[in-house]
Amino acid sequence: MKLIFEKSREGRRCSAPPPTRAPHAPVPREYVRGDALRLPEVAEVDLVRHYTELSRFAYGVDSGFYPLGSCTMKYNPKMNELAAALPGFRDIHPLQGTHTAQGALEVMGNLSDALCEITGMDAFSLQPAAGAQGEWTALRMIRSYHEKRGQGRRDCVLVPDSAHGTNPASAAMAGFRVVSVPSGLDGTLDIAALENLAGEDTAALMLTNPNTLGMFEKDILKISDIVHRAGGLLYYDGANLNAVMGVCRPGDMGFDAVHVNLHKTFSTPHGGGGPGSGPVGCKKSLEAFLPVPRVAREGDGYALLEESPGSIGPVLRFYGNFLVCLRAYAYILALGGDGLKNVSENAVLNANYMLRSLEAYSDLKYGEPCMHEFVLSLKGLKERTGVSALDAAKALIDAGMHPPTMYFPLIVPEALMVEPTETESVETLDEAIAAFIRIFEEAEKNPDSLHGAPASAAFRRPDEVLAARRPVVRYMFGKTDF
Amino acid sequence: MNVPKNLMYTKTHEWIEFKEDNVALIGITDFAQSELGDIVFVNLPNEGEEFAAGDIVADIESVKAASDMFIPVTGTISAVNGALADQPELINQKPYDTWIIEVSGIEDKVELMTPEEYDKFARAEAK
Amino acid sequence: MACWVPNTGPDAARMLRAAGEENTEGLFRELPEEIRLRGGLKLAEGRTEAEVLSEINRLSQKNTRFASVFRGAGAYRHFIPPVVESVAARPEFLTAYTPYQAEISQGLLQAIFEYQTMICELTGMDASNASVYDGATAACEGVFMCARGGKKVLVPDCVNPRTLSVMRGYMESYGLKLCVFPHTEGRIAPESLAAHREDACALYFEQPNYFGQIEDAQTVCAAAREGNIQTVMGVNPIAMALLMPPGQAGADVAVGEGQPLGLPLAFGGPGLGFMACREKMMRSLPGRIVGQTTDMDGKTAYVLTLQAREQHIKRERASSNICSNEAHCALTAAVYLSAMGGEGLAETARNCMANAHYLAEKITRIKGFGLQYGGPYFHEFVTACPADAAGLMRSLEEHGILGGLPIPGNRILWCATEMNMVEEMDELARLLGKEAQ
Repeated sequence: MKLIFEKSREGRRCSAPPPTRAPHAPVPREYVRGDALRLPEVAEVDLVRHYTELSRFAYGVDSGFYPLGSCTMKYNPKMNELAAALPGFRDIHPLQGTHTAQGALEVMGNLSDALCEITGMDAFSLQPAAGAQGEWTALRMIRSYHEKRGQGRRDCVLVPDSAHGTNPASAAMAGFRVVSVPSGLDGTLDIAALENLAGEDTAALMLTNPNTLGMFEKDILKISDIVHRAGGLLYYDGANLNAVMGVCRPGDMGFDAVHVNLHKTFSTPHGGGGPGSGPVGCKKSLEAFLPVPRVAREGDGYALLEESPGSIGPVLRFYGNFLVCLRAYAYILALGGDGLKNVSENAVLNANYMLRSLEAYSDLKYGEPCMHEFVLSLKGLKERTGVSALDAAKALIDAGMHPPTMYFPLIVPEALMVEPTETESVETLDEAIAAFIRIFEEAEKNPDSLHGAPASAAFRRPDEVLAARRPVVRYMFGKTDF
Repeated sequence: MNVPKNLMYTKTHEWIEFKEDNVALIGITDFAQSELGDIVFVNLPNEGEEFAAGDIVADIESVKAASDMFIPVTGTISAVNGALADQPELINQKPYDTWIIEVSGIEDKVELMTPEEYDKFARAEAK
Repeated sequence: MACWVPNTGPDAARMLRAAGEENTEGLFRELPEEIRLRGGLKLAEGRTEAEVLSEINRLSQKNTRFASVFRGAGAYRHFIPPVVESVAARPEFLTAYTPYQAEISQGLLQAIFEYQTMICELTGMDASNASVYDGATAACEGVFMCARGGKKVLVPDCVNPRTLSVMRGYMESYGLKLCVFPHTEGRIAPESLAAHREDACALYFEQPNYFGQIEDAQTVCAAAREGNIQTVMGVNPIAMALLMPPGQAGADVAVGEGQPLGLPLAFGGPGLGFMACREKMMRSLPGRIVGQTTDMDGKTAYVLTLQAREQHIKRERASSNICSNEAHCALTAAVYLSAMGGEGLAETARNCMANAHYLAEKITRIKGFGLQYGGPYFHEFVTACPADAAGLMRSLEEHGILGGLPIPGNRILWCATEMNMVEEMDELARLLGKEAQ
């Protein structure tokens, strides 16, 4: 598909700013831009057609089934989009003064309160712009907590070997040493190993529950006990919260701080990679360290506290991805407590329904119900037929669905992580199950047919090696352009 | 398994060729490059940098992974293989002919394996 | 209650049976009883869409939408062509995940590749990433790219104070020392860098700066280079249509806040952090990057490339922990830049400047509103204030005007964009003249 630059023609215009009658104010010559600014020159109809064509080669939840484990690709209610488009929110300047933005602050205050209730925490900050930033923010809070108590020597964060990559990356960015805690044979945390590793230098253990295999860490109270007795804190990665809303809460399991992903659990759209939002919640013991500005009740209304003793400071220029928070708030208003529980129950039901039909083909067996997601291991299939998790995933594209997460968690060989979410009908699940089974059976009969998958996609197996060896990350204007 | 007889090997899959004057050439083994897959970039150290035996001296990236390279000896980097900037795939094609770093002033080394010992070791890892 | 769960009672019953359970409770039987939440979440009952929208609408009306806006300070009201939101709202873009599965994401990947190209053009650089959270975190990540060996980071006190606050936290976390040095009459005096060069690895400065002043970027970058200090230049993207961009000025890394490029004010978020650099530093860029390649049939194709830098591969050794970015905002910015084109953007910038200079001329004529800094400026400027600045701005609000931002020293940071009109500015000046008496 041609790039928009290749469709540009000199002199074509689409939009223009409003005019002004103010006299021209020139830039002093020594500061003027010398190089041409080569942005597209297209008419509006061509602009629209260009992006319309591009959108035909994109795949969203609105396009089809999206069982990406760990991503919670649930349907994004259009009601949220209406909320985010309201001029009374869109056109509000962040620095226009809190007395003129009481509605926005009320949304933030109410959302924080709701998140506290859902997670069992005492206070929330909506500032972090994504889960990873939420993790880093919470770890910095934990750092401050220990330093304040004269325990600054606690320089180590424990992370399960099954954890998402942002966990150790965030810990390292927060200045900690990272030590990996192994998983047991059943995929849950190895308690004996944890006991050994937790000690005087432990600042925190980062955990998600259920874990990245979709298994509930049943020994969570024991885990909490071990970590707290060693003087560390317990941090909850909220990526898998969709499994347990209204069923149990991290705050009741011993977690001291959490982050939630509004773009996963709370239905805000992924947008092709963002914007997300990763609010951080904590117990009273950590509240003082929350980032500023903080939304606080003041009389009948709300205030924004720009300073708060003990705070780690701001992590973003303003208050968070506000329009993302607004969407999540609308979602929570719509569902209410019972609705959120209904979400988790159905998320878990859908996953188990699929697992039951597919487990026979996987080397990883679940002895008990999974939670909202499960992992298939195609290790045996690969050894027998040469067909890998990658091949199977690409073949699912031919079946009209987005592939599941591949090769994660790292501790499972030839992994496919499947998370159907609650917003799928049983017919969709049945079709998906049939597609998986067809591929597994085809792999046994005719493995070679799968190495070139996807067969039907307009683009097949882009050369990632070439892209990484000789990166071309921008269009280079040729002699015929501009 | 390809394990040349004139080299020594480490548990972390580097090969080392000792030259005269406390100088050595170091690269990664055939086993290592095949585990990594198509190599796309090598993060090399700077000439003149000093390292202790067992330190991470470079990292090697494929599309889906990044692997640390450990220096088997204590010494100073006297040269890095400039050809790898444009052609990192040389390591995949000729792992034992493509040295990655040259070290001089060698003072100490980690425990090294003979070709036979490494052959056995790598086969066991491959399972 | 609004509900997006398709499963009906009979569906769920059938599925439970197939999953070998008698009831939903069975699915959770492995959870320890002590942690089970009995009694449900204490949240208000769910509502229908109509009720939710009514409530959200009610809340939106508790915010004041000002007809005239003369405040910037990091968030700017610009004209957003209608085509921008229409295109960006396409659900294939909006509801898509990160394009790791390149085969079915070519359109999205190409759109980001085009965005990257446009950021390179704006900043005069060779490589851009696919976005980070906002201008402040972009500044931090930009500095990290330059943190080789040195321990100190220089920042003049004429940068956006909110960005500076964010930088304090990030630098502390990374183990870098932040050294804030004073400006000279509203701008950086390039010769003042020499005094701070010991141990310094990077300098962050803004163009235009917080006070709206245009820095002598080329001289500043040269002075930094002389001291072996790399430069991270934070820029206003609209201003880049007229002002010398970082590439031309000799900076090493370009960063900035992309909200002016087609994103609404939205009470500060989501924003758009952009980052660009020279080719030799490309592999140090954090975050996702789209690269061009060919597919197995020889067609031009796009993929997320250089992934080995990122957290999902390098884990604790990753250059940054960033995973989700501001992709949809980047897409929006690309559509905005395509709609405006170079000429439209330049015209926007010229109108901003013309309006700001007109406004300054009108305001500074009033007694007590002296222009604070004498240097050239883009679309913001600082004046003194003869009365209590905050109180004066409050009184303007009753007339539907959001005046400049009161800043320390009883001064006001004014902003004018292409959205302001001469009549508005005349009216503002008239009111100020009255109130100030």
